[in-house]
Amino acid sequence: MRIIIVGAGEVGSTIAASLAESHEVVVIDVDRDRVESLTYSIDVLAVEGDGAALSTLEEAGIREADLLIASTDDDETNIVTCGTAQTVGDAFTIARVRNTKFLDTWNHAEGALGVDFMVATNLLTAETIVQVIGLPAARDVATFADDAVHMAEFEIPARSPLAGQTVQQADRFSSLTFAAILRDGDVVIPRGETVIEATDEVVVIGSQESVREFAQEVAPRVDGARDVLIIGGSSIGYHTAKLLEQQGFQPRIVEPDPERARVLAEELTGTTVLEADPTDQDFLEREHIDRVDAVVAALDNDEKNLLAGLLAKRLGAERAVAVVENGSYVQLFEAVGIDVAVNPREATAEEITRFTREQHAENVAIIESDRAEVLEIEVDDESVLAGKPIQESVQELPEGVVIGAITRDGELVIPRGDTVIEPDDHVVVFADARVVEEATTKL
Amino acid sequence: MLGETTVRRGLELRVDWRASVSLVGTVIKYLSGAMALPLLVAAIYGEGLVTFGASIIVTAIVGLGLERLDEDPDLGAREAFLMVGLTWLAVAIMGSIPYLVAGAGTESTLAHPANALFESMSGFTTTGATVMGSIGFERHSHALMFWRQLSQWLGGMGIVVLAVAILPELSVGGAQLMDAEAPGPGIEKLTPRIAETARVLWLAYLGFTVLEFLLLYGLHLAGMAPNMTLYNAITHPLTTMPTGGFSPEARSVEAFAPIVQWVFIPFMVAAGTNFALFWKALNGDPRAIVRDSEFRFYAGVLGALTAITTGLLFSGAGMAAVAEAVGPLVGEGEAALRHAAFQTVSIVTTTGYASMDFNTWSAQSQFVLLFAMFIGGSAGSTGGSIKIVRTMVILKSIRRELFTTVHPEAVRPVRLGGHALDERAIRGIYAFTLLYVLIFFVATALLLVEVARAGGSFSAFEVMSAVAATLGNVGPGFGAVGPMNSYLGFSGPAKLFMVFLMWIGRLEILPVFVLLTRSYWKT
Repeated sequence: MRIIIVGAGEVGSTIAASLAESHEVVVIDVDRDRVESLTYSIDVLAVEGDGAALSTLEEAGIREADLLIASTDDDETNIVTCGTAQTVGDAFTIARVRNTKFLDTWNHAEGALGVDFMVATNLLTAETIVQVIGLPAARDVATFADDAVHMAEFEIPARSPLAGQTVQQADRFSSLTFAAILRDGDVVIPRGETVIEATDEVVVIGSQESVREFAQEVAPRVDGARDVLIIGGSSIGYHTAKLLEQQGFQPRIVEPDPERARVLAEELTGTTVLEADPTDQDFLEREHIDRVDAVVAALDNDEKNLLAGLLAKRLGAERAVAVVENGSYVQLFEAVGIDVAVNPREATAEEITRFTREQHAENVAIIESDRAEVLEIEVDDESVLAGKPIQESVQELPEGVVIGAITRDGELVIPRGDTVIEPDDHVVVFADARVVEEATTKL
Repeated sequence: MLGETTVRRGLELRVDWRASVSLVGTVIKYLSGAMALPLLVAAIYGEGLVTFGASIIVTAIVGLGLERLDEDPDLGAREAFLMVGLTWLAVAIMGSIPYLVAGAGTESTLAHPANALFESMSGFTTTGATVMGSIGFERHSHALMFWRQLSQWLGGMGIVVLAVAILPELSVGGAQLMDAEAPGPGIEKLTPRIAETARVLWLAYLGFTVLEFLLLYGLHLAGMAPNMTLYNAITHPLTTMPTGGFSPEARSVEAFAPIVQWVFIPFMVAAGTNFALFWKALNGDPRAIVRDSEFRFYAGVLGALTAITTGLLFSGAGMAAVAEAVGPLVGEGEAALRHAAFQTVSIVTTTGYASMDFNTWSAQSQFVLLFAMFIGGSAGSTGGSIKIVRTMVILKSIRRELFTTVHPEAVRPVRLGGHALDERAIRGIYAFTLLYVLIFFVATALLLVEVARAGGSFSAFEVMSAVAATLGNVGPGFGAVGPMNSYLGFSGPAKLFMVFLMWIGRLEILPVFVLLTRSYWKT
């Protein structure tokens, strides 16, 4: 597949790097230095020029392209680029935007503005945050098959009753599959006798209810995050509050700027907006931060988010989630005490990448920086899975592939050894990164 | 001429008063046209044509004369304030001419200029307070009584709003003009053109007036309302829809059958409702009325006060004496409910009709009515006083105050119907309400001094109710100024003072007070 990526920033480069192995990728950027360094760092064709100009797009081969990803930092440029591309070719266009007003327009009339798929970075990040705090102790959450299937990654705390149990003992939930255990950077495919250890990260796939029940089991006594304090009224903070409102929470949001605070207060009817310095300890204590279930640091810079998150934790907040723009900080944040660091660019890249996988792969989530992937596949007649019980078909699949869940006509079917998969079933598959390509071809 | 002399003194006026006065002249010119209607009534009843013939000529001459002051009036924000303030004063003065002409040489109390001006101002501002010694056709002609009713109808939706609707030269500054005159904080533009908005409001107003006439006269024809003659059926809607309250009947609405009194209630409620809602309802969104937060609050206030008053009247705790014309209300469910609802609605909407003499009520139930005088109708209605929307905003911001006491950092906008209100608008509402209450107390004190000087025999409660009733454009007060009595007992200066109160009350104080500041004229 020929893919054109416009904008070689962090998102563009990440996507380019992950697609370069199996696709022809052309990257367009206005910055000469960036184009030059990209040419040498990854195996792509880098073109210097304005992606919104027809001549540049033609130079990049838009007429033969199957997919165009516009991921510059400018919303209008991205949209115009998609529109321009559609005038000459029939490439599928993906635009990345920050401002949700464009997403509203696009949702109102899908395919509008010449954009076939639109990814709103800030909203996407907020959704990720809300999913993380909505499920206690979950580190990464994704949904498949129109929300019928949920996948979550849990770190097993030392005090958890699951630590020391075998998978067979722990698997008490009817509609839940243990997809993988991540231990010391390796992917372990769980068997019945595998023992779960503390600090393991367990990936489970199943219905939303069973994932929630499992979460209770991982860390009992934590009854979801009821009391959420958002620090920083950035666009991400705003969308997080809005999504929490929609889920019936009454979050609080702290914003130091009076004018921004006023705007937030006008827009967010179910949120208490507090105009204060988020590093003021007296204020945080007055607001009883020690009783807060989750603190979301969504200020406009990473350092402030780190400080605010750590301060909140030190004052007694149960969990701290921080937004981190710089992807290389993610692990550092989590190492020093932030429970979950959310990187908007990573979320965006993940969302865009799922459109670029092979035809059948409808949905994809990337676990732990590319060590494994979870794919959603619609089974057709040619698939090795079709018409056979799972215990037979797995023999033909490479090591490191687990059938996580099946949905048939929108209903969740839990895969057991004797379950027969039929054509048109949707299957959520967990796959080790090393065998993803092989697995997707066979499936 | 005058402009030149002021320039020479280095005190140039920053207001183009000629433009304002010229437009006032235009309005007066049209007012003389409105006087043709009572002239027609006089012709029908075979009464003398001199009163209104002379009034039309005088008014037309004054109007045309003032209009010539400026050939091409150009209206800015300041001129708009001056024009609105002067219009109401000038219209009241011109409107008193028929009373003076008709009263000249007779025993009519209206022959006195202060009384004639009081009656005229009370009419145009839709107050409904009267200084007529005796109401009835023995003393006054049908034409004059018709003029008294018509003046309220003209003032109801706003003389300036009417002017904007029909005068093309006012279309540019029209929004400011209507803003200065319209009841409530700010106006709502319903259509892109302001003149169209003004027309829409007047059409809705006219529609309700006609509907009420049809119902009232229908009841008469059906034999259910013997006193509701054609004359009464025409003249009462003219004072219901503007929340005026004048009645050609000496005993006001007490003169009519219970069914008629019930018919009046919904029309008074409608008159106190924001007319913009009716426009929305007619444009295919009838649920807009029940969805509106101000209307819901208004309905709630009416319901609550009616319930309290009904309880008081039904139990007997609300009655001090038996009203001869009505009979005892204790234990009479329908009658207690009807009079309680009628009186509450009449006072809250600042109409001022009386279905019975509430001077026979006890202090408790009279106090409910005194409280009701300060509530007023909705913004954009024809009602006077403080207005429901201001009460709502103040209550909501008090609730916010309580919340921010606990959370000093909280930012919490005051919302009205889902929209966050601008803090400046809230400040304006506080300022108005405080000023209103302040003026009420200061005016009461001043009036008490005048009453003592002139040797009148009014109690403090009566004086207080007179101030509340004139400032709020309600009409009747309690005791000597009760619904079946009149304001005649006050001295001349006291009456002129109340003319001033009605004037500022109708324009919601600030547009008049701004004319009294130095910065308005000089900077």
